[in-house]
Amino acid sequence: MNYRLIFSTLARVIRVEAILLLLPLAVSAIYGENCFYAFLITAVGAYLLGTVLKIVCKPKTQYFYSKDGLITVALTWLSVSVIGAIPFVISGEIPSFIDAFFETVSGFTTTGATILENVEGLSNGLLFWRSFTHWIGGMGVLVFIMAITSKTTDRPIHILRAEMPGPSVDKLVPSSKDTAKILYLIYVVLTVVLIILLWLGDMNLFESVIHAFGTAGTGGFGVKNNSIVNYSSYSQWVIAIFMLIFGMNFNLFYLILIKKVGTALKSTELRYYLFIVLTSTVLITFNIYPAYENAGEAIRHAFFQTSSIMTTTGFSTQDFNAWPTLSKIILFVLMLIGGCSGSTAGGFKVSRLVVIFKKIKAELKKVLHPNTISVIKMDGEKVSDGVLGGIVNYLAVYVVCFISITLLISFDGFDFEATFSATAACFNNVGPAFSVAGPMCSYADFTPFSKIILSLAMLLGRLEIYPLLLALTPSTWFKK
Amino acid sequence: MKVIISGCGNVGTAILEGLLKDGHDIVVIDTDHKTIELAVNNYDVLGVCGNGTSYEILSEAGAIDADLFISVTGSDEFNMLSCFVAKQMGANHTVARIRNPEYNNPAFEFVKKQLGISMVLNPEMLTAKWLYNVLQVPSASSVEKFSSSDMDMIELLLKDGSPVLGVPLYELRKKLPLNFLICVVQRGEEAHIPNGSFVLQSGDKVGVLTLRSELHKLAKAFGIEKKPAKSVIIVGASKIAYYLSTLLLHAKTSVKLIDKNPEKCLEFAEKLAGATIVNGDGMSQELLLEEGVLSADAFLSLTNKDEENVLMSIYSQSKNVQKTITKINRDELIDISDNLGLDTVVTAKHVVADALVRYARALENSKGSKIETLYSLLSGSAEASEFEVLKDFKYSGVCLKDLKLKSNVLIAGIIRDRHVIIPCGDDFITAGDKVIVITAGESLFDLVDVIK
Repeated sequence: MNYRLIFSTLARVIRVEAILLLLPLAVSAIYGENCFYAFLITAVGAYLLGTVLKIVCKPKTQYFYSKDGLITVALTWLSVSVIGAIPFVISGEIPSFIDAFFETVSGFTTTGATILENVEGLSNGLLFWRSFTHWIGGMGVLVFIMAITSKTTDRPIHILRAEMPGPSVDKLVPSSKDTAKILYLIYVVLTVVLIILLWLGDMNLFESVIHAFGTAGTGGFGVKNNSIVNYSSYSQWVIAIFMLIFGMNFNLFYLILIKKVGTALKSTELRYYLFIVLTSTVLITFNIYPAYENAGEAIRHAFFQTSSIMTTTGFSTQDFNAWPTLSKIILFVLMLIGGCSGSTAGGFKVSRLVVIFKKIKAELKKVLHPNTISVIKMDGEKVSDGVLGGIVNYLAVYVVCFISITLLISFDGFDFEATFSATAACFNNVGPAFSVAGPMCSYADFTPFSKIILSLAMLLGRLEIYPLLLALTPSTWFKK
Repeated sequence: MKVIISGCGNVGTAILEGLLKDGHDIVVIDTDHKTIELAVNNYDVLGVCGNGTSYEILSEAGAIDADLFISVTGSDEFNMLSCFVAKQMGANHTVARIRNPEYNNPAFEFVKKQLGISMVLNPEMLTAKWLYNVLQVPSASSVEKFSSSDMDMIELLLKDGSPVLGVPLYELRKKLPLNFLICVVQRGEEAHIPNGSFVLQSGDKVGVLTLRSELHKLAKAFGIEKKPAKSVIIVGASKIAYYLSTLLLHAKTSVKLIDKNPEKCLEFAEKLAGATIVNGDGMSQELLLEEGVLSADAFLSLTNKDEENVLMSIYSQSKNVQKTITKINRDELIDISDNLGLDTVVTAKHVVADALVRYARALENSKGSKIETLYSLLSGSAEASEFEVLKDFKYSGVCLKDLKLKSNVLIAGIIRDRHVIIPCGDDFITAGDKVIVITAGESLFDLVDVIK
């Protein structure tokens, strides 16, 4: 492995994070809050650390392979989370480092799970930082670096592949840097539109920005203890629709941008995605209808929660913990499925699910007619054996990780529902789960050990397992 | 620029590498899924899998607004058709690889014009011409000509006992009454642009700019003296061998061609009147001795098997043949060829990639200067480019000592009215001049880029 190149990339990441910390610094200055100094110390410290690292690790060679890409991504995410947690600790608003780390990881991985029992007590600067991590983490930290700096490595595809969710990466234009730029441009424009739309409703500018960040990154950090229950139905509809948009593959927006709307609408994944959302909304509406005054309200809550959980955002307009079992199970299944590949959402991804379903269908057909040859297609093109194998393999690893994490969390002794759903909610970057970790509660009651495990689960989920798993494997680091 | 390369084989990949360094946006098309996957994994490009003549595939690759379309698949006709379709769709310039000797005649201009092909790429022909130039100056391991003057850039490998070793360059300049400039020195893996106090060592590879008429004197002064080849042995009846033989025969050099395949030999015997064609195995040392390897001036191994070429060349070098040239296709072998002590190594795909990079740079709009020729020196670690200075050049008439040049750049020659100046601080550049610039580790698109 090319350690020097990996660490010099890391140095660049840390320096960029130091610069990004200036944004919450400005916010805390505007509100005249004490956390200003916490941001200042962290930003200066991080910048110095980055500079030292850069000088020490000047790369000698430029070779960069798949493995280097995966390790770079894993180390980047770990280090930005550690540094991002420092302001919380220094300001004293989240005194325990483990809690602060959990909160920051939850931010960068766009999970939105919190250990804070009283969110409203947090100062505005920290609230801003928490949500801003969603925004950066949503599209990817290294993709961001790639978009703004000249050249990172000779083979940036390995970084794109490791950081962008989904079974395969489709570049929009030949150069990876330009692809990153286009993605971020679409992302910024959509976010700005959302901020304006929310500001037109009953939110003030600060709240609009925070919720727009939470929605865009499909994260779910807000400013209120009870998420967005108290906002108007207008704001709720806007957020619900935008969550759905940010859960779609960003390549589709590019296709629309270059006037290939037809191709975009024909996307297999998009169709399944919308179909799942629609079916779940209808089912939940009927299931919860008796508890609400009119159909309009039931539809709104059903749609909002479906959109929020499916895109792994985790905002809530209702305490869905109190809903009937059928609705809760549907939401749980949506948690596992997640959004589309190439979006900011987490989860297993709709495209993988579709491919697996098609594969099951083909295998069943083979049982009936042993000599048939079938080809699995997505968007009219054959899914290559490599991608297919990768997806099946991913499913296996996904299940193994899920079970292991659940097992580790169960030491805390919470009930079955809480343990199981908390794992699912963190591993799929959703945020709120059921029972003690429900939408109106927090993860504060878990032990520090479980918090670390859940933090790792969030990172595993966001980076789609392999990078972090590889970084945690000893043989990666030691020659044998 | 937006470039599309159809056909991602050996040559396609070399072109891709060359153009990517210049920062072009590249889309590759190939029918083979695996090839595309490999290209996308190894380079920052977009891959499209499919037939390069189909409208859909070409439009998916973006031929409509492409600046340059290059078709380098194995089939000449396929390349022509691809270029035609791409041109009709809106591609600005098209380049087709056409290597069948039957198409290599003036009448083909008509077809080229009708199909809208901007440039015909014949790798074998280009390589043959390159080899021909090297054979004219056997002392050098490579020779590049600049378009409008008597200047040549030659590469020399310095061996123990050369009189130029251990002397600072400024003294060397005084000692030798010749017009020359040592532009670039490769030591180990690094390329240096030397200053006056630089001292040459054994094992250095140097790029020297000099007058064509003084080439041989210079080589002699450097302790490497070889006469132009008058009798040449070529092993391998390849297309390159065919083109090269034609050139050599035209220059009244005696050519002996050896190949294993009797049919090939018959074909060549028919086409190349004047050359001696021998049917036999070039790997057989007895055959080589019988055919006079000891008395030949130059030995070229141009078969399609790298390993055989290397072995044959090592053998002929051991027999003190004055000049051996080895054709190598695999990049890995090129890197170790220095260790093997091979004299001159030629790789067709690099010759082609150079030609295309040159072409692509010339297409780009530049301010105040126009690139005319471009060579990569010392296996790509440095570049020599020749610019024509246009009227609106910013620094026209300013003395060189007053210009702040970048550290890895050298203005090696100024050609004014067909007369060559090897410049010193008081010289200047003005409109109408041609300027030869050497750079290490950087690419030049415009003459203005040499200034800080």
